[in-house]
Amino acid sequence: MTLNVSGLGVTLRKRRVLSDVSLTIGKGELVGLIGANGAGKTTLMRAILGLVPHEGQSSLAAMQPLARGRAAAWMPQTREIAWAVTVETLVTLGRTPHLGMGQKPNDADRAAINHAINRMDLGLFRKRAATRLSGGEQARALIARALAQEAPLLMADEPIAGLDPAHQIATMECFAGLAAEGRSILVSLHDLGLAARYCTRLIVLDKGRIAADGPPQKVLTPQLLRAAFGITAWFEQTAQGPVFQPLDIVK
Amino acid sequence: MKRLFAILAAMMVLLFLGSLVIGPAKTGIGENLVALLAGGDGPLPLIMREIRLPRALLAVMIGGGLGLAGAAMQGYLRNPLADPGLIGVSSSAALGAVLAIQTGFAAMGSLALPGAALVGALAGVLLVMLLAGPRGSSLTLILAGIAISALAAALTSLVLNLSPNPFASNEIIFWMMGSLADRSMTHVSIALPFILTGGAMLASLGRGLDALTLGEDAAEAMGINLHRLRLTLILGTAAVVGASTAVAGAIGFVGLVIPHILRGFVGGRPGALLWASAMGGAVMLLAADIAVRMVLPDRDLKLGVLTALVGAPLFLHLIYRTRRAGQ
Repeated sequence: MTLNVSGLGVTLRKRRVLSDVSLTIGKGELVGLIGANGAGKTTLMRAILGLVPHEGQSSLAAMQPLARGRAAAWMPQTREIAWAVTVETLVTLGRTPHLGMGQKPNDADRAAINHAINRMDLGLFRKRAATRLSGGEQARALIARALAQEAPLLMADEPIAGLDPAHQIATMECFAGLAAEGRSILVSLHDLGLAARYCTRLIVLDKGRIAADGPPQKVLTPQLLRAAFGITAWFEQTAQGPVFQPLDIVK
Repeated sequence: MKRLFAILAAMMVLLFLGSLVIGPAKTGIGENLVALLAGGDGPLPLIMREIRLPRALLAVMIGGGLGLAGAAMQGYLRNPLADPGLIGVSSSAALGAVLAIQTGFAAMGSLALPGAALVGALAGVLLVMLLAGPRGSSLTLILAGIAISALAAALTSLVLNLSPNPFASNEIIFWMMGSLADRSMTHVSIALPFILTGGAMLASLGRGLDALTLGEDAAEAMGINLHRLRLTLILGTAAVVGASTAVAGAIGFVGLVIPHILRGFVGGRPGALLWASAMGGAVMLLAADIAVRMVLPDRDLKLGVLTALVGAPLFLHLIYRTRRAGQ
């Protein structure tokens, strides 16, 4: 088991943001975390990592900081790149938990960096300043940084928001590929179509609680879509795989 | 990177030697260095060892410390406009010194003035840490620093305002301009332990500051202990800036401009900028202290005045360049 969470709860500024969340994520799973705005997706991921004060247990939050850095890579929603470093330098930062103070990247580190850069299709941007890239290209560079960390668990908060369709699909395929290699991935996203197509499992958060947890076809039922998202949708297994299209708002 | 290191090192050595051989006593360069190294009788070895050597050493220590602290502060706050004085240490050190001059305590001995300034710096940094809290964000640190700076500056003005003694007021004003003139080896030995300790603390932050390029959340998730980083940054900056202000008065713009100039040469990496800024700061202060002696040799031009005069237009130029790059 890569991740074990039980009874997780978070109260921020006297407001209950998350209550009694329990979940486990095993090897090879690509788990989509979905839910309306403000459902608590980001808070759940940060609490799992131990970045916010919480009650309950998370196997990651219980770790020593450096061990946690090797066990899980975290890509926050805010895409911060403070200085005009090259894409290569940015991706190299993903090796931070593997490098001691003043230690230079060795061959294994460089291999991980190159692999991540190629996976995110960033070869041409390698020597460019990351701050001068477009928003979507920056997002890809930051995903590459998280990939270079080569942690068994990858957690990404809306990694595909703002990407063009081809790179959205490519990123989800990359995650699916990593899961097939035996890594575990927890990714929050709003595109239910991509979630239904690529995730092996979906966890739905509604008002800080888990509303559903299971394979996409079991989770994305009309009742749940109405309760958690307030929408209706068309969802069928087709010859091209599962296709999910949101239709109307439920009044 | 190696080239930058070599260039900065060469400039440091040249300017250090320059600082040793330039002064009102018009003597030959070789004669000067022989007197410094071999000693002997007469005034020249005394001038070299007791006046010029401490002056050059202080320029290296203080310039290097301010450059390093500026780079660390900018890296932590992820803001190129941050200055080591931001956390209120330099103004509270100045307040300590001003109180010592005003009360006459400064006349008790050569250790009295820097000692009082160090006490002021310590009080200032403790207040800032108390205000900012142990778990606060970088924003609370800035706000606490601004509050303490403003308070210390107001109290300094109050002392000047109520000062019954015009000579003391004069002395205070000149002291606050910052200078390395007439400093002795005693000053070097007061400042050195603080600047070395603080410098070592700041130099250890490179890895964490690099990771902070990705933001506080990502850095923390990669195993960087942000609370420890912040505490090390505050204490290291306080030691460096407090000791610098204590022996030389307020010298501005070094910590602000030097990291800004050198950032492009180290590829924007905050960790690599630490050592580069330390060397660059030493170069700038050595050069400024030589200029002070060359431009107006008879008028005691103050070092802090010159760094501000040179630093402010340089800074404006950098802002202009940044603006053009952004378009």
